[in-house]
Amino acid sequence: MSTTTWAWLVLLFPLLGATVNGLGYKKLSRGGAGAIGTAAIGLAFVCAVGALISLQGHDAEHRALVSSLWDYAVTGDSGVDAKLSILVDPLSVYMILVVTGVSTLIHLYSVSYMRGDHGYSRYFAYLNFFVFSMLVLVLGGNFLVLIVGWAFVGAASYLLISFWYRRGTATRAGIKAFVINVVGDVGLVLGTFFILRHSGTLDFLGTFRAVEGGAFAGHQGSLTAGCLLLLVGAFAKSAQIPLHTWLPDAMEGPTPVSSLIHAATMVTAGVYLIARMHPLFEQAPAAADTAAIVGCVTLLVAGTIALTMTDIKRVIAYSTMSQIGYMIMAVGAGGYVAGLFHLMTHAFFKALLFMAAGSIIGAMAGGQSLEKMSGFRRAMPFTFGCFVVGGLALSGVPPFSGFFSKDEILAFVGSRGGWFDALYVLGYVGAFLTAVYTFRMIFRAFLGEPCAEAKELEHGHLAHAEVHTNPANGEVEDTDVGFPGPEHTIAERALPMKVAMSLLAFGATFAGLLQIPFVDHVVTNFLEPTFADSKWIEQEPSNGLVTFGLIIGTVIALSGIALAHRIWVAKPGSAAAWQARFKPAYTLFVNKWYFDELIDLVVVRPFAAFGNFSRRTFERVVVEGTLIGGTTSVVRAGSSAVRAIQTGFLRYYAALLLLGGAAVVLYFLIAAS
Amino acid sequence: MSIAWYLVVSALIFCIGAGGVLVRRNPLVILLCLELMLNATNLALIAFARMHGNSDGQIFALIIMVVAACEVTVGLGLIVAIFRRRLPIDVDELRELQG
Repeated sequence: MSTTTWAWLVLLFPLLGATVNGLGYKKLSRGGAGAIGTAAIGLAFVCAVGALISLQGHDAEHRALVSSLWDYAVTGDSGVDAKLSILVDPLSVYMILVVTGVSTLIHLYSVSYMRGDHGYSRYFAYLNFFVFSMLVLVLGGNFLVLIVGWAFVGAASYLLISFWYRRGTATRAGIKAFVINVVGDVGLVLGTFFILRHSGTLDFLGTFRAVEGGAFAGHQGSLTAGCLLLLVGAFAKSAQIPLHTWLPDAMEGPTPVSSLIHAATMVTAGVYLIARMHPLFEQAPAAADTAAIVGCVTLLVAGTIALTMTDIKRVIAYSTMSQIGYMIMAVGAGGYVAGLFHLMTHAFFKALLFMAAGSIIGAMAGGQSLEKMSGFRRAMPFTFGCFVVGGLALSGVPPFSGFFSKDEILAFVGSRGGWFDALYVLGYVGAFLTAVYTFRMIFRAFLGEPCAEAKELEHGHLAHAEVHTNPANGEVEDTDVGFPGPEHTIAERALPMKVAMSLLAFGATFAGLLQIPFVDHVVTNFLEPTFADSKWIEQEPSNGLVTFGLIIGTVIALSGIALAHRIWVAKPGSAAAWQARFKPAYTLFVNKWYFDELIDLVVVRPFAAFGNFSRRTFERVVVEGTLIGGTTSVVRAGSSAVRAIQTGFLRYYAALLLLGGAAVVLYFLIAAS
Repeated sequence: MSIAWYLVVSALIFCIGAGGVLVRRNPLVILLCLELMLNATNLALIAFARMHGNSDGQIFALIIMVVAACEVTVGLGLIVAIFRRRLPIDVDELRELQG
């Protein structure tokens, strides 16, 4: 089979899974729905591997294959060439491997984790639809397909955040995510228009050729504006400041959803977008620099917020934001391979952390607060092991995967010199924060005196909530469809969850070995054909910088862990003293830097006030009063005048008819004479 | 014989019919008066056909007869329906369709 056929099959299986689960939700048994959903994504992964093997059979110069299923709207000269086409090159194959690989494991995990939930088939239909949309996004061969995939993942994310649709907090979070993502969609579409205007084609490869050929010579402003608008899309999808506020709220969705969509795959779409559009961004350095700076700011802000959050899923969510900040900084600076390598390792260890967090939430009977968790180490040894592996990878402790990928990003940024040195230093500050907040979470949840639930679990009893409540606001819930199911599952008691977590733990530990400085460069070599035309491809950090980075990275990670150990294990209770000493900073962090309030003040309230004002003045007076009211009163007056003729007397009508006829005849007689 | 005589007779019959339609209140009689008007037209058409010496007018007259037959069928059907529902056989009483 040709490479592109494999890629089409990758798209087909998740679509089939979503269709079967979506249409057959009444007939399918629970096992059936889960098996279909998991098998569909598993087959897609197999096909992605097929595409990989097939792609490697081509020459390095011919590894960008385009296949078009049909022409949607193609006009000759005006420059619209909307086709349903996919682009299979090393970058898209890399992305589909990561997406389908991690998705398969998360589907497997969900089979057990969502077992108690009503709405099981619906869950798998949504999840398969999400994977399909994500694959459309990364495989799309032109801007149109990219935009469609981009909007689809937004819709899938909305559906899954609001999966427990009777929970008010979940539906509000879904709406928030959708609205902010639509802001990004608008940016993406407008950016496409700016680029299409001068490139004259929607096709990616055609656009890149046009850019190389100087289509934007003299239109530098258009290119920069287009790239900045693309960045709006990337920032909204990847939760970068200031469009990030939806991601922490998106944790209202089921935990595997947070793991798949809001950690491993969808939120990295912005990184993919910048890497895919690198020929454009290299011609628009202002936009690329903006991306690098915003990524750096986000990684710091999110890291500081993660230090103070007490909801375990929100800590990991802010950590995700922070890690995507690293990736955006990398691809903004031109380190595409470094950013994409971190994307892969992050997908492994962050999905693993969410899965382990899901297991603890199961043991807490739905509770998510770190304040209440402690001492789960003996009760949940497997979850503890996975959490520590994920935590070490996230903190960047050698030889775990995150160490190599984060180090590669920072070494590349450092090698750019100039003001990038500031980003380099701040990146290491962020790495320190990462180690502290990660191990704060681990120490608080797993060490210390076991809490009541942990003690019960040590005796073999899984905690069961007498009254089910919303962990966000404590509202009482039932367990029917639209709310979480009655039973919770922990990894220790479910084989599929164990298998999924073990495989991800393996990836989180060893994925870094693909790309060890001075030893091997598997990812670089694989992705090189895509980025061969990049002007940063020759940019390599000096050996001294790399060695320095490896040492300083280890030191920073270990000292962060040591600090966390000192605060939360060696001297329990000293956290309160720290909070008191740095009260202004703590208040700022715990209130999430007031971004929600800021957006509320700058955007929501003015728009709401403007809307109210126009409703009172324009809508009521002009539209309802003049336009609609005026039209109806004119019609009413006219019809009441005409109605007087309709007396109902037959003979009266006959007389009118005769008179009319006579008048016509008379007219012709006079006219003829 | 001059065409004028035929036309005068035709006009007279037409006026009688028209007057009947306007004056009478019984739908049956109105229908009869309508027939009178149609037949007056037929008479004029045939007179003109004779005058021009071709058959166009006669064909018109035949078509009008067919239309008249249809009209009578519908009209009588309506009158029977009105009678069956015990409604007054008086067009001035039947004026529910006023605006």
